[in-house]
Amino acid sequence: MARSHKAPFWFLFAAGGTVVAFVLPVMVLVTGIAPTLGLFTEALSYDAMSAFVGNWIVKIILFGILTLALWHAAHRLRVVAHDFGIRADAPVAGTVYGLAALGTVLTAIALLSV
Amino acid sequence: MTERKIELEVLRYRPEQDAEPWFQTYTVPCPEEWVVLDALNYVKDEIDRTLSYRWSCHMFVCGSCGMVIDGEPKLACKAFLRDYGDKIRVEPLANFPIERDLVIVMDDFMEKLESVKPYLIPKEEKSLDEGSYLQTPAQLKAYKQYSMCINCMLCYSACPQYGLAPEFIGPAALALAHRYNMDSRDVGRKAREDTVASHEGIWECSFVGACSEVCPKSVDPAGAIQQVKFSSAIDYFTSWLPGGGSR
Repeated sequence: MARSHKAPFWFLFAAGGTVVAFVLPVMVLVTGIAPTLGLFTEALSYDAMSAFVGNWIVKIILFGILTLALWHAAHRLRVVAHDFGIRADAPVAGTVYGLAALGTVLTAIALLSV
Repeated sequence: MTERKIELEVLRYRPEQDAEPWFQTYTVPCPEEWVVLDALNYVKDEIDRTLSYRWSCHMFVCGSCGMVIDGEPKLACKAFLRDYGDKIRVEPLANFPIERDLVIVMDDFMEKLESVKPYLIPKEEKSLDEGSYLQTPAQLKAYKQYSMCINCMLCYSACPQYGLAPEFIGPAALALAHRYNMDSRDVGRKAREDTVASHEGIWECSFVGACSEVCPKSVDPAGAIQQVKFSSAIDYFTSWLPGGGSR
């Protein structure tokens, strides 16, 4: 039997799952919910945030969080399609991984332009 | 001794006379401490000799009496009547063809089990005079849990992936491959990887985890498969390096 090429995608999926589980809820809380409650308004102001994201270490960390979340979601969607009985794995994988790759490039562009 | 009248709805299928499976209801007087297997044995002995099912040890060791009881894969010898209502539905294991009544055709499982080489492949054969292979408690602990599998196939009945993709090697066989890979006396991991790390192997698993929930011996096949995924993924990357494993 031929060895599968799922391994690298599974690695991204596993890493993304860990990151998403630990970091994403905190990011949603800090950047999404807290401002509506009037918290961290100073720290989340445009000037403060653009200076923060301007730091190279922050860029690298954000790149990791955002893109791993995308690859995690892509692999999860591929598996969900499989679970729903869609056996056309190659086009499904191509589409979801393509979107994740596109998102990865866009994330890099966005971060580099700050 | 308290006794209860249980209505046992048993799936019947006798290929020479039944066009399709149907349910037959037997009313069985059951002492409270009985298990479903006792009730089936009562039916066989006292009510209907034509009922077919597999069983042997009656003590969760042989793995013969796996069946779907009230919708869940169980060993009939481990399904205590006190945990069920007065009406219990008994069906053969899901995802397998029915041979007769509660007896399934297990050929597919046997083939898959063989395909992962579930036996020790030592570095060099020792003669009896050279004594036994010694192991530390830590080396034993590394695989002991996975060696508890009794091949009862409950995990195949519970696994939605096996139901969707019959070519999937499946939980028990993959967990057994892991059991031998983790054994300090074994060097057969490479020989197993062609099957285990294939698309039909670990990568077909989407970590639903139902196998581990129904396992009567707490083997945790889902956990084993995740560990194999990790080590196979490492293999995948190192195989591109000079001196890495061949793919």
